[in-house]
Amino acid sequence: MAEVKLLGFWYSPFTHRVEWALKIKGVKYEYIEEDRNNKSSLLLQSNPVHKKTPVLIHNGKPIAESMVIVEYIDETFEGPPILPKDPYDRALARFWAKFLDDKTAAMVNTFLREGEEQEKGKEEVWEMLKILDNELKDKKFFVNDKFGFADVAANFMGLWLGLFQEGSGVVVVTSENFPNFCAWRDEYVNCSQVKKYLPPRDELLAFFKAFLSAASASASASTSAKK
Amino acid sequence: MAENDLKILGAWPSPYVMRPRIALNIKSLGYDFLEEQFGSKSDLLLKSNPVYKKIPVLIHDGKPICESLIIVQYIDENWNSGPSILPSDPYDRAIARFWATYIDDKWFPALRGIAAAQGEDAKKAAIESVVEGLVLLEDAFKNCSKGEKFFGGDKIGYLDIALGCFLGWVRVTEKMNNVKLLDEAKTPGLYKWAEDFCADSSVKDVMPETNKLAEVAKIIQAKIRAQASS
Repeated sequence: MAEVKLLGFWYSPFTHRVEWALKIKGVKYEYIEEDRNNKSSLLLQSNPVHKKTPVLIHNGKPIAESMVIVEYIDETFEGPPILPKDPYDRALARFWAKFLDDKTAAMVNTFLREGEEQEKGKEEVWEMLKILDNELKDKKFFVNDKFGFADVAANFMGLWLGLFQEGSGVVVVTSENFPNFCAWRDEYVNCSQVKKYLPPRDELLAFFKAFLSAASASASASTSAKK
Repeated sequence: MAENDLKILGAWPSPYVMRPRIALNIKSLGYDFLEEQFGSKSDLLLKSNPVYKKIPVLIHDGKPICESLIIVQYIDENWNSGPSILPSDPYDRAIARFWATYIDDKWFPALRGIAAAQGEDAKKAAIESVVEGLVLLEDAFKNCSKGEKFFGGDKIGYLDIALGCFLGWVRVTEKMNNVKLLDEAKTPGLYKWAEDFCADSSVKDVMPETNKLAEVAKIIQAKIRAQASS
C-alpha cells in the first residue's frame, strides 16, 4: 500500500492547501505536526534547501512547495481533478495561483512588522487587492466558473487574511475599499467546495491573536532595547 | 507569418523571454517575435499582461499567456506530440518544478544582488551566496541527469531551460566583477552542462552574445546610478 506522510503546521495556509488536495482525492495519509522552534530531523532531511513545511513524503520520496505538491497530488492520485484539462485554462489557473503566492512576504511585513517595512508591505498588499478586486467582480471561482487549483491557492486571501486583520488590528481590507474582493471572500468561505475543508476559524483566530501579540511584544522589546 | 498564430512579446537580452523561445524551438514551432523597446511598454503588452505589464507574453490565436515558466508548460501541454519538455514521471516533474521555483525565487535574485551590492564586503557575500546556490544545483543536476548531458536527460528539458536562460548573465557578471561563478572544480557537472546547453540547436540562436549583453548591463547600471543620484 502506498505510504503518504505530510509534515506541516496546523495553522498554516500552505499546509492546509496540501491537506485539502489530499482530502479531495480521498488519499489516506499520516499527518505529522512540526514545531517551528524545534524542527524534526525528518523535516530537515526532507527539505534541506528551505527547511520549511509543508513537505509531502510519498513512498519515502519528499516533495516541497505547497502548489508543487498540489500539482503532484493531482497528477498521481485518482479522484476529482484539481487542475483543469484544457492547456489554456491550466495556464490561467497556474497564473492566478502564482499571483496569489507572490505577495506572501508583503503579507508578513504588513501584519508582523512595524515602521517602514510594514508600510511597504501594506502598499504591495493594497496593489494586489486592487487587481483581485477587479478580477473577482461577479466571479465565484478563478477559472471558467469551476472550482480548482487557483481557488486552493486562494485560501490565504479567502480565510487567513481576515484572521490576520482581526488578530493584529491592522486593517487593509474593508467592503468599502474592496467591495468585489469582499463579496468573493464571503462566498468563498461559505461555498460547498470550500467550507467543509476549512480548519476551525475560532481556533485559528485564537492562535493568531496570541502569535501576533507575542511577535509585536518582541518587536517593541527589541526597539526599546536599541534606544 | 507563422502557421500557428503565435507571437512572443519580448526583448532579446531578457533571460525570461529566452525560455518560451527555447520551448517553441524544441517543438519546431514558428512564431513572430515582437521586440519591445527598452524603456517603454507597447499598448499590446499592456493589454496582454495588465497584471504584471512584463515580458515575455505568448499570444496564441489572440489569447495571451503570461509568466515565462507557465508559458513553457503551456507550450509543452498544448503541443504534446513533439519532444517532451517536462519529465514524464510525476515525481520528476515535482522535482523540476521545485528547483525552477528555487532558481526564480532565490538564486537569480542572488545573482542580481552582485551588481546591486555596495562595497567590497557586500559584493563578496553576494558572490558567495550565488556560488552556494550553484553547489546545490550541482547536486540537483547529478540527481536529475542520472549521468546524461542535461537535467532533462539526453535532451534539454524544463529545468535546463529554467536555469540555462541565465547563463549569458552569469558570464556578464563574471566578466564585469572579475570573478568565477561557474567553477569547473566546484561544480564540474554544471560547468560541462553550461557548454552543452549553449551549443544545443534549440538554444544557440536565442542565447545572446556575452559582449552585447555586457553593453546592455552597462546601460542599465548607468540608469540605476543616475536614478540614485537624482
